[in-house]
Amino acid sequence: MYLTLAYRNIWRNRRRTLITILSITFAVLLACIMRSMQLGSYDKMIENSVRFHTGYIQIHKKGYWDDKVIDNSMPMDTSVIQSMTRVPGVDAYVPRLESFALASHGTQTKGAMVMGIDPEREHQLTLLKDKVVEGRYLTSGDEGVMIGQGLAEYLKIGVGDTLVLLGQGYHGASAAGLYPVQGILRFPLPQQNDQLVYLSLPTAQWLYGADNMVTTVALLIDDPDHTEKIVRDIRSQIDMEEYEVMDWKELVPELVQNIELDNVSGRIMLWVLYLVIGFGMFGTYLMMTAERIYEFGVMIAVGMRRFRLQGLVFLEILMMSVMGVLAGICLSLPVLIYFNKNPIRFPEEVGEMVETFGMEPVYAFSLDPVIFTNQAYAIFFMAIILSGYPIWKIQRMKVVESMRL
Amino acid sequence: MAALIKATNITKVYHKTSVPVHAINNLSVEIAEGEFTAIVGPSGCGKTTLLNILGGLDQPTSGTVMIDGVDISRMKDSDLIDFRLHNIGFVFQAYNLIPVLTALENIEFIMLLQKRSRKERVARAKELLEQMNIADKADHRPGELSGGQQQRVAVARALASNPRFILADEPTANLDSVSTENLLDLMARINREQKATFIFSTHDQRVMDKARRLIRLVDGAIVSDDVRS
Repeated sequence: MYLTLAYRNIWRNRRRTLITILSITFAVLLACIMRSMQLGSYDKMIENSVRFHTGYIQIHKKGYWDDKVIDNSMPMDTSVIQSMTRVPGVDAYVPRLESFALASHGTQTKGAMVMGIDPEREHQLTLLKDKVVEGRYLTSGDEGVMIGQGLAEYLKIGVGDTLVLLGQGYHGASAAGLYPVQGILRFPLPQQNDQLVYLSLPTAQWLYGADNMVTTVALLIDDPDHTEKIVRDIRSQIDMEEYEVMDWKELVPELVQNIELDNVSGRIMLWVLYLVIGFGMFGTYLMMTAERIYEFGVMIAVGMRRFRLQGLVFLEILMMSVMGVLAGICLSLPVLIYFNKNPIRFPEEVGEMVETFGMEPVYAFSLDPVIFTNQAYAIFFMAIILSGYPIWKIQRMKVVESMRL
Repeated sequence: MAALIKATNITKVYHKTSVPVHAINNLSVEIAEGEFTAIVGPSGCGKTTLLNILGGLDQPTSGTVMIDGVDISRMKDSDLIDFRLHNIGFVFQAYNLIPVLTALENIEFIMLLQKRSRKERVARAKELLEQMNIADKADHRPGELSGGQQQRVAVARALASNPRFILADEPTANLDSVSTENLLDLMARINREQKATFIFSTHDQRVMDKARRLIRLVDGAIVSDDVRS
């Protein structure tokens, strides 16, 4: 009967209750859209930076990340590789030998980042094949190179021309070689476009005199959300005195910091929104209390304990909040699903600018359940805080005085 | 007969804008079980204040109120609420039913507070509605009932908790003469048949005519106390 009573009570002033519920609905809808866009943009940032470059997890020889030189490379130990790939959630591994060299063609010379890759595995992780704009993609037996479009333009080199690479090899050996350009790649990030040279892994090992050595093993995993668990599992499988296992948060800490900073501003915006809605809700509860003081007095007079009456009023506030939250989620869900499947594309000029930062030029929407649960928590938290007023008022009221009103 | 209610030397002083107002002045009264008593007097003589004190809604500035041997004048708020729930029925001038509940639910509500089973509540509520001759109004909300019908529901609600006595503060003030007559007859019958104790505050002559005991107040003190046969 308390439920019935609470439900009927909230509809005593139908218009006011509807306005209150609609304001909560609107707040939840707006908050869900804002958070979905924000989390969606973070997912995209992570995907662009991590999924298409570093991978979610990397394994190196211990100390490589702090001192990225070829002498800190490690042998391709099949037993270690097997231990890693056996860990649940690891789909594939992607070996790389990364170093630097001078790239030269004709009279032009430029410092380049040289990456020895297993072309098929690399494509699985970074979709590298899709970035070929001229020539063809490497195969594992190829002895040619693929280079970034910016670097090719600087060196005035094209497909079929020969690139000279000159650098320092493993343990002080000199690294020098002539390689035909097989493909030109276009990267959204200028640093990649202007610097990268790709060779097949055996060719790079030969160039640097690092037979069967790699600097990095990146892992392809089933779900980014499983990263931490997979890292823990791998660390328990391999010798951590010899290797280092890093997740994407350690590999790109600046990205994590940027996201955290942006997230704080997003949260502040949300709290401002909730503060505004909170005042509206408080107005309703204030009126609801003021106009029922006489009735509260009668209920206590006939024998209703104060805590029961307080519970009844809290139930009414909770009901309005639940209705508002549910309506807000129900309205936002189809909107978010639609935009998750059909992200909004940036206008052309802005899109091009965004692309230069290595980002896909779209407003991505996330469907992370936390978006909805957090709004529900926020509204319920506000309901609890705001119900403090009627609860306090009931606790303090004098029965006879309230019935004299 | 032993007193059901025994008020001894009660005084109630209000401090309205720092000038003390003596609403009840060293008043003592005893009411026995089964009485049909009216407290009468002009407006402002202290009828409602006395009723509030006897009903545990207000506490006296000094003096004691014993109900069935229990001193309620110094009881803790939560204990007093429970005491009222189980021992005292209230009928108010403005009926004061819960507007969103039907007549049946309003009567049930008191028994819900007493934690009685739903089956028992519904049966008792229906029985009371029958007694009040408004069984056909069980599913009507207060707004759909006349003043007389609402006051009958209020009386049924007061009786629902099986109280030791019922306090009625000017119960006929908002009723027409027919409704007043019907309500008084009803309460007199319940008093006669069920030995329910009724205490009214009123300045309605029709109520006074029905009462078997008339306590007349002037300036917060009893000036006459007449028992009729």
